[in-house]
Amino acid sequence: MSATIGTPLLLAYGAVVCTLLSGAVSLLAVRRHPDFLHFGSFLFLFFAGAASIGAGGWTLLANLTVTDRFQLGLPWLDWHLRIDPLSGFFLVLLGTLVVAISLYGPSYTREFGRGEHAQPLPPLGVFTALFVLGMQVMLIADDALVFMIFWEMMSLSGYFLVVYQHQHAANRQAAFLYLLLAHVGALVILLSFGVLAAFGGGLTFDQMRAAKLTPLWATVAFACAFTGFGTKSGMVPLHVWLPDAHPVAPSHISALMSGAMIKMGIYGIVRLSYDLIGNVRWEWGMVVLIIGTASSLLGVLYALMQHDLKRLLAYHSIENIGIILMGLGLSMIFLGSGHKMLGTLGLVAALYHTINHALFKGLLFLGAGAVLYRTHARDLDHMGGLIHRMPITAFLFLVGCVAISALPPFNGFVSEWLTFQTALQAPVLKDGLLRTMIPIAAALLALTGALAAACFVKAFGIAFLGQPRTRRVARAREVPVGMLAGMGLLALLCLLLGVLPTTMIEAMAPITQLLVRDALPSATAQGWLWLTPISPQVASYSAPFVLVAIILVFGLGRLILKRGAEPTRRADAWDCGFGHLTQRMQYTSTAFSQPIRRVFRGVWKVEEHIETLADAGSIPRVTSLHYSLHTHDWAWLKGYLPIGRTVLAAANRIGFIQTGNIHTYLKFSFVTLLTFLWIVS
Amino acid sequence: MDSQLIEWVLAAAQGLLFIAAAPLLAGWLQRVKCHLQNREAPSVWQPYRNLSKLMGKRMVLAENASWLFRATPYIVFGATLLAAAVVPLVAVHLPTAAIADMIVLVAFFALGRFFTALAGLDIGTAFGGMGASREMMVGALAEPAMLMAVFTLSMTANTTNLSVATEYLLHAGLVLRPSFLFALLALAMVAVAESSRVPVDNPATHLELTMLHEAMILEYGGRHLALIEWASQIKLMIYSVFIIDLYLPLGIATDLGAKSLAIGVVAVTAKLMGLAVLLVVWETVLAKMRLFRVPQFLGFAFMLSLLGMLTHVVLETGI
Repeated sequence: MSATIGTPLLLAYGAVVCTLLSGAVSLLAVRRHPDFLHFGSFLFLFFAGAASIGAGGWTLLANLTVTDRFQLGLPWLDWHLRIDPLSGFFLVLLGTLVVAISLYGPSYTREFGRGEHAQPLPPLGVFTALFVLGMQVMLIADDALVFMIFWEMMSLSGYFLVVYQHQHAANRQAAFLYLLLAHVGALVILLSFGVLAAFGGGLTFDQMRAAKLTPLWATVAFACAFTGFGTKSGMVPLHVWLPDAHPVAPSHISALMSGAMIKMGIYGIVRLSYDLIGNVRWEWGMVVLIIGTASSLLGVLYALMQHDLKRLLAYHSIENIGIILMGLGLSMIFLGSGHKMLGTLGLVAALYHTINHALFKGLLFLGAGAVLYRTHARDLDHMGGLIHRMPITAFLFLVGCVAISALPPFNGFVSEWLTFQTALQAPVLKDGLLRTMIPIAAALLALTGALAAACFVKAFGIAFLGQPRTRRVARAREVPVGMLAGMGLLALLCLLLGVLPTTMIEAMAPITQLLVRDALPSATAQGWLWLTPISPQVASYSAPFVLVAIILVFGLGRLILKRGAEPTRRADAWDCGFGHLTQRMQYTSTAFSQPIRRVFRGVWKVEEHIETLADAGSIPRVTSLHYSLHTHDWAWLKGYLPIGRTVLAAANRIGFIQTGNIHTYLKFSFVTLLTFLWIVS
Repeated sequence: MDSQLIEWVLAAAQGLLFIAAAPLLAGWLQRVKCHLQNREAPSVWQPYRNLSKLMGKRMVLAENASWLFRATPYIVFGATLLAAAVVPLVAVHLPTAAIADMIVLVAFFALGRFFTALAGLDIGTAFGGMGASREMMVGALAEPAMLMAVFTLSMTANTTNLSVATEYLLHAGLVLRPSFLFALLALAMVAVAESSRVPVDNPATHLELTMLHEAMILEYGGRHLALIEWASQIKLMIYSVFIIDLYLPLGIATDLGAKSLAIGVVAVTAKLMGLAVLLVVWETVLAKMRLFRVPQFLGFAFMLSLLGMLTHVVLETGI
């Protein structure tokens, strides 16, 4: 390979080396200069992220595909590596988050080394590095072996990160569930690769691409891949591990998990179904669309009931994965029905939402971490009024909230709008069922978006607005500048991707060229100001205009209205003439979501307890009142618990063969050996 | 280049006319309502007087108000202004119509609602929280019903751009489409809910427990309140013009000649006055419903638009 063409891959190797160095530095930090080395570990992580962005961005913009092979491990099993626009896109996504957490991390993690629950920092650094390393190499893998090795490295180091604060039993339990489902997922992915390898005659992706699969086997391979990667992405009903595991990890790791790790599942689905299996069928798209719709709606409804900020955000990851899957499903339906341009549009919408979610969810988790860092509170009902104490964090968190609620002019809106536009082209399909189903899915997406807005009004409003609910929150201070820089970077990107969608879509053209051999020339035909996915007559949106108009109204309005006005006076809030308002009179997060809980009852299993203690006197007087509310996930109660019970019962049943006596085990081995010898002969 | 400049100037003029006329529509509505209820009616210019009075007042803010509380009126007004800019009032084909389609229009309202609800929570009173919580519930149910109706319409016209759709319907003439009737009913119901009218909300009430929109903005005063009130008047007008554009586009100007523009102004004025009378009759014969009847009301609207979509797929395109 020549010097210039090979450079992106070399940059990717550089990223891998920097990640390894970051882990090594963390290990050294045990001995001397812990602070200095701890800082060094994040410095190398920064370089690793920057190199990932460089490598990915280069491949994407120059539309390159570079391959390489290494002789490592077994003599006849070379390691194949390849970087192409699709892996480049995901490398940029990963790199951006890594850069953000490397800015955020040094101050944030120092907190773990202090206090009564002091934790050693080196394991955190080492496993973070391994986690990032797993994702980096997995993205440039070009055979199933390398892919699975680094997929597992990502999953396993993720386990150690989730269980990092292992003193709490809940964390250990969450980590175990994570590990269990990660392995079930990995096994199913392995089966999918097995089908492809059997038809292709080898483990390299090139052989798999060339394989001629019958429709049945192609569908089997797709089903396995979708289930396996979907488990990692947290799609319903394989989502149960996600809301437990993501919140308990340190916040910068939560950002990396929700922002990048679950996107690796999306990468896997796209890589396998579009690239390796090829010839996507519309039936697959229908399944993906239905599961995506269910994930997005259930994700947001469960999120609404949470009062733990990080858990709420974790449920929103399920919702957003659902939206991404809806885009992918639409793309598959249109591609499978022969509408290449619309299939491309759906794919662009899905990938656009993938990077958008990485940015705003990363930002929101870092924001939640900032609140946690200063107040040690994760429960919304213990926060309040933080906008006065942490104004910059509040502003950046608000940007994330607006973006995730799909409101213009931020990025979340663009990708949801593109998904809507794809869905509205359903009349071109011949099948009446699809023509009906797709608009209904779109309407449910609208419901999801509106509920997400309600949820983030609650999250931001209860946490940052109003009056402080605890003394600790009332005394909170702004977080250090490094943490603000990490969040600020992501917030800025949220705005840029929202205002300049045409540029982004043009940059994504090589991916769709690679996967479906089509691009979206019409989307950007009217210049950078106008986004017209199908044609200017059908739909158009101009994000720069929206931003400029809002800024203009803001500036002009203030200028005109404030001119000559008397200075503003401050006074008490209206209390109906009953005396002073206290912070206990404010709406809580539980109260805020009560109307929605009532409208959609049945979606959750709600346990509500009210305990009242009354004075026994001539006039009964309530002396104390205790209210508690728990919402449970039906998937857990009706799906997972019965399976768990069945497995335990079965294990008990066959447990009798475990006598604990060595003679019995020797007997077993002997019989097994004989049986095999008999079969072989 | 010159004709483009003229188009932009006209578009800006239409936008200004829109926001300038919105209080007049509110005044007309109030006047008709008073007449119908045998009350002494204020002048139609009363909303302007109220706005100018509020603009001139000295600002009083609650102790706990943050920058978000002060920024919200401007954001709400800006979002509503943008929405007004893309709705064809007098003429179709104006360049501002391309800034946003009907989906973005719904999103502009969502943006305004998002910030109004946040402002409701900012002071930390129970009223603000109550208003925010209820408004977000109503919004969450109204938005999908609205979009579903929009989808039904856009499937016929094959566009989500309001101006293009209006023109398409103008040329298609008066064809009876069952899907349109369902969508019209749904749109009307959503419009009532979204612009805080009876039976979902009552803009005239001063009993705190029954308020939705008013509870959120209870703490506002002075120029902030003026902007918010003005924005909700514009919002009502946008919904009215939206329905008129889609169901009775007759008379709207398709070229930019002085004569057709004049006809356009007259036509839209007459249609708005007529629609306002209908709204007043509706508000007078109905009572405000209990909060938890609202989901049923909006669920019904959603079902209607879903039915409209199904009729479209089954009857109007054939399988």
